[in-house]
Amino acid sequence: MWTRGSVNRPDFGYHRAIMPALCRDCLHQFQTGPRCPACRSPRIVSHPELFDLTIAHMDCDAFYASVEKRDNPALRDQPVIIGGGRRGVVSTACYIARIKGVRSAMPMFQALKLCPEAVVVKPRMAAYVEASRAIRAMMDDLTPSIEPLSLDEAFLDLAGTARLHHAPPAAMLARLTKRMQSELGLTGSIGLSHNKFLAKVASDLDKPRGFSVIGAAETAAFLHDKPVRLIWGVGQAMQAALDRAGIRTFADLLRWDRKDLHARFGAMGDRLWHLARGQDHRRVSAHAPMKSISNETTFFEDTSDPDLLDGHIWRLSEKVSDRAKARNLAGRVVTLKLKRANHTLLTRRTSLHDPTQFADRIYRTARDLFDQLANQGPYRLIGVGLSDISAETTADLTGDLLDPDAAKRGDAERAADRIRAKFGHDAILKGRALR
Amino acid sequence: MKISIERGALLKAVGQAQSVVERRNTIPILANVLIEAEGNEVSFRATDLDIEVVDKAPAQVERAGATTVSAVTLHEIVRKLPDGALVTLIDDSSAGRLTVEAGRSNFSLATLPKEDFPLMASSEYDTNFSAPAPVLRRLFDKSKFAISTEETRYYLNGVYLHVATGDSGQVLRCVATDGHRLARIDAPLPSGAEGMAGVIVPRKTVNELRKLLENDETAIAVSVSETKVRFATPEITLTSKVIDGTFPDYTRVIPQGNTRKLVVDAAEFAQAVDRVATVSSERSRAVKLSLDEDRLILSVNAPDSGAAEEELGVAYSDEKLEIGFNAKYLLEIAGQVDRENAVFLFNSSGDPTLMREGDDTSAVYVVMPMRV
Repeated sequence: MWTRGSVNRPDFGYHRAIMPALCRDCLHQFQTGPRCPACRSPRIVSHPELFDLTIAHMDCDAFYASVEKRDNPALRDQPVIIGGGRRGVVSTACYIARIKGVRSAMPMFQALKLCPEAVVVKPRMAAYVEASRAIRAMMDDLTPSIEPLSLDEAFLDLAGTARLHHAPPAAMLARLTKRMQSELGLTGSIGLSHNKFLAKVASDLDKPRGFSVIGAAETAAFLHDKPVRLIWGVGQAMQAALDRAGIRTFADLLRWDRKDLHARFGAMGDRLWHLARGQDHRRVSAHAPMKSISNETTFFEDTSDPDLLDGHIWRLSEKVSDRAKARNLAGRVVTLKLKRANHTLLTRRTSLHDPTQFADRIYRTARDLFDQLANQGPYRLIGVGLSDISAETTADLTGDLLDPDAAKRGDAERAADRIRAKFGHDAILKGRALR
Repeated sequence: MKISIERGALLKAVGQAQSVVERRNTIPILANVLIEAEGNEVSFRATDLDIEVVDKAPAQVERAGATTVSAVTLHEIVRKLPDGALVTLIDDSSAGRLTVEAGRSNFSLATLPKEDFPLMASSEYDTNFSAPAPVLRRLFDKSKFAISTEETRYYLNGVYLHVATGDSGQVLRCVATDGHRLARIDAPLPSGAEGMAGVIVPRKTVNELRKLLENDETAIAVSVSETKVRFATPEITLTSKVIDGTFPDYTRVIPQGNTRKLVVDAAEFAQAVDRVATVSSERSRAVKLSLDEDRLILSVNAPDSGAAEEELGVAYSDEKLEIGFNAKYLLEIAGQVDRENAVFLFNSSGDPTLMREGDDTSAVYVVMPMRV
């Protein structure tokens, strides 16, 4: 019997009897079998390279929604959508809502049409930041090589930690998700592989509460028929360019020379060539210099509806802020990007006085930029970015005379973060009571 | 057209015109200055479509006429000519050239037809009054440092010129703010200015205006409508569109209940701030003010580069206070003090702080503290 954790069915000649396996409930290590010999749990992961792989990607399951369900158990069995009132776009949907077809970035009215019984909850960023910091602290126990991508996902490199922990990386990662669940009430999925690209791909294969492994030996076979949009960073535009070149799957990509790929796609071409071979040499690093943080979204259908666009600006600002906070960074230049239906690109940027990492300030600035564009829609894509990056210690230091509420909102968020960092998880309850 | 004009007079007139011309612009005619000669006068007109300046100078006009030529090139040429030279401008419209002669120098410049030059539509002004140059100079000089550069808040990209009620009746008032600091400057209301609509004078106009205000003896004719403002001396007329927006209600920003009072020698204070700020290379350098019983300690702590501290003797008798500010803002505000003492009024370390000179409320500054 092949186990859940293995993503590829063919047998690579390993004898099953000697394939290492791990129980994700009791962390018992054993040889392949349908159930854990120690606790009889069926939640096992087994793979020939299970205890040799060191690069992981941890991705929380429906993070915002999970935090809301944890803090308000009445929501547990209900479809929950995170997204703010008039900003009519879905931030996160819980798995119950996803069954009905609700997705992130979907207009709220559409989501509610698909799932009218859904409970819509306004995002509580402070609570998510607090939960993220707690998870981060747990990851810090595993390895110093952590690269947070946003509040709810991070790369971890556990190379060389086996001796310290007296356990292989796979066991430590299983313990991490177990701790997240028991101590924080949040679940996450793990992707384990030999580089960042494949780790990220793997974490998405078995959500939620997943644990997927892509070994070196099976990489080529695994990628072969997969579409190239699996690559993080290949969005609609790149996809279209690849389509025109007749590249749809990794197998198509393999037929290209490195030189030709470079000629056609520039630096991205080189990267594609490597990725086609399952190679990704980027290191897991929390300190990788970051020049900008941006997020963008392509619409299901072109739109010039200002309310909907406003909703997207808010959601994207929040995402950008999330990622900045996860890396303790801030930025001074806010960029708004819009792509019109005819594919022409509009970008507008403006410099703030001092750097910020607040979603609120990013949103307001991007919104001002949006207001200054005469309506040139319909648009097919919108993006918000933050650049001129600096450390968060320089951010949001001076309040705004003309918007005293901004300072209050910022102070409240900061104070909440501090109190929770100091007094732990329970302080969240107090914070909620005050809201 | 053929005129002769003294180099000094020409330089001044062309200089004013060329500074209005935008360095980077895509419409060729906007790089040019319109030269019009008639009677015994020549005028130089330049515009960026938002601002128009007309500068008149006396000249010997042999043949009246008009043409346009690159403002920057003409200015450069005139600037490099020897002092006291007599310059002759001859327009050959059939060849599309303007000849500039001075002594043994001879230049031939490409021209564009005068008909292409965009003239700012003349408009009716609702309010007309005259104000002495020193009064306007004080109003704008003391407020313009606080003008915002954030393009998204375009309505802050200028000085709000309006009539307000001050401590002793109606005043002509200038307010500028960028959200971090604010300047509110009052002057006695000139007769004829009553009922003037408030206008936001753009930053560039404020800078151009400054050149009209050099001479203390000049009276400036000010005309204001809802969309335009005009400042004129006998030689120069500066017309500008005003910023189409609503200036925020600044009155609620100016703290009324700040009770902790610090009196400090402004020059000494500014020098000390400047000195301690040296150790930090950050863009926003934070200076901490620690106040306790007639003692002010200024300190900067930049973890990456070092720390600095300086003590000043001051007058302060209120409760102990620690408050941080952006060094640049403090320097700018302290730099506005003409007399000796700056008076700071604090509330808490998180609230806006007010600064004025002694008990004079005709120039009031507000600055937002910084977390330190």
